[in-house]
Amino acid sequence: MTSIPGQESPVPVGLSVADGGNGTGSGRGRRNLSPAEAALMDEKVRKVELVISMVLRVGVVVSGLIILAGLGLMFAHHAAYMALRSGVSYKVLTSGATQFPHSLTALGNSLALGDGRGVVVLGVMVLILTPVLRVAVGVLSFLYERDIPMASVTFYVLVVLIASFFLAGV
Amino acid sequence: MYGYVYNRTVTPFDFVISLALVSVAAGVLGSLIGLGGGVVIVPVLTLLYGVDIRLAIGASIVSVIATSSGAAAAYVRERMTNLRVGMFLEIATTTGALSGAYLTTLLPTRFLFAFFGLVLAYSSFTTFKRRHVAQPLAVSSDGIANYFDLHGSYYDPAEDQEIAYKVTGTKLGLFLMYVAGLVSALLGIGSGALKVPAMDGAMHLPMKVSSATSNFMIGVTAAASAAVYFARGQIDPIIAAPVAIGVLAGATVGARVLGRVASKTVRLVFVVVLVIISLEMLQKGLLP
Repeated sequence: MTSIPGQESPVPVGLSVADGGNGTGSGRGRRNLSPAEAALMDEKVRKVELVISMVLRVGVVVSGLIILAGLGLMFAHHAAYMALRSGVSYKVLTSGATQFPHSLTALGNSLALGDGRGVVVLGVMVLILTPVLRVAVGVLSFLYERDIPMASVTFYVLVVLIASFFLAGV
Repeated sequence: MYGYVYNRTVTPFDFVISLALVSVAAGVLGSLIGLGGGVVIVPVLTLLYGVDIRLAIGASIVSVIATSSGAAAAYVRERMTNLRVGMFLEIATTTGALSGAYLTTLLPTRFLFAFFGLVLAYSSFTTFKRRHVAQPLAVSSDGIANYFDLHGSYYDPAEDQEIAYKVTGTKLGLFLMYVAGLVSALLGIGSGALKVPAMDGAMHLPMKVSSATSNFMIGVTAAASAAVYFARGQIDPIIAAPVAIGVLAGATVGARVLGRVASKTVRLVFVVVLVIISLEMLQKGLLP
């Protein structure tokens, strides 16, 4: 990958090697890479940073768009929710007794009916899954950097996250 | 009676628009100091809108994930986040969050609020005392930090220079992160409030890196307990939607601010918010 102007570190790669060899956190502290290998590693680390940043950005944009669409659908179906002098109070929708989908089955049914609130819940699910996807990409990135200890650590985090979803019985 | 604007019913539409605007502010503040938007969202929902606390906590979890992903996209690209420290410490936060989600019934909530109110009051005091400390560590004899190569450097636009730093105190850091995950799952708030002092104080990361890395981590911590909140029916779409949209917008703006302000300012804003949270927690724990 060629370096992107303005996004690269303003400090030359060689400097971080000179200050002890582990300036940018790229596994060199443990492995004693040659300057050429270190430069290659820095490039890999930068690539990983950009990929992780992109995963987060895509997750955020996609979930934001789905949630907006859900809100639009909800107001389109329930004109009384936005009429200026309608008697409908928001409290009908935010009390402890309010019904909304909170299992995958209920979410599926709600989506099949074209219910706006189901679409919002779907968008929120995408938002919740974005950090999980980010961790999964983290495992792959550390494997790409051939950093087995960090890959194992990140894999453990991924397992705990997946377990949390199964234990919750969603 | 309906003829008067000030007396008309607050419709769901008014609710969504006003809450989205509040959430923008929550997102800016949350992304700047690495705490997530819950600090603002929970009191606004319960006190201003009279929303059930269970639903407010569900919305807080959504706001934390939105702040985290929204701001981290920028912080990671700008190399403000220490990815290795973040992913390493997530071992402890996710384990804490998972155990916390199932301890809810075992521990008295009032005691927890009082206890963590005191912990946060103490850490706001120590953070305030450290407000002039800006010199990062040059050497570290921490075995774990050296093995996993957690040290790093970042470019500080406010000071216009690359700042290299070493990491220490990983064991204490891991312990504090476990507690942070536990608290996040038990009380729905306070995850970032313990993460930032753990990194800034115990592990000697620069303040801005601590904030950006906390931001990066809180999304994963919150995701570990989000499934439980979802299954329990605490994530109400009409509350979650404006919170998510507003916070995402605010966090994107907030992420542009952190680099430009001085570390000392970030720390002071952090201390003020920490004092408010600790007072809130003490009030919930001590008052009837």
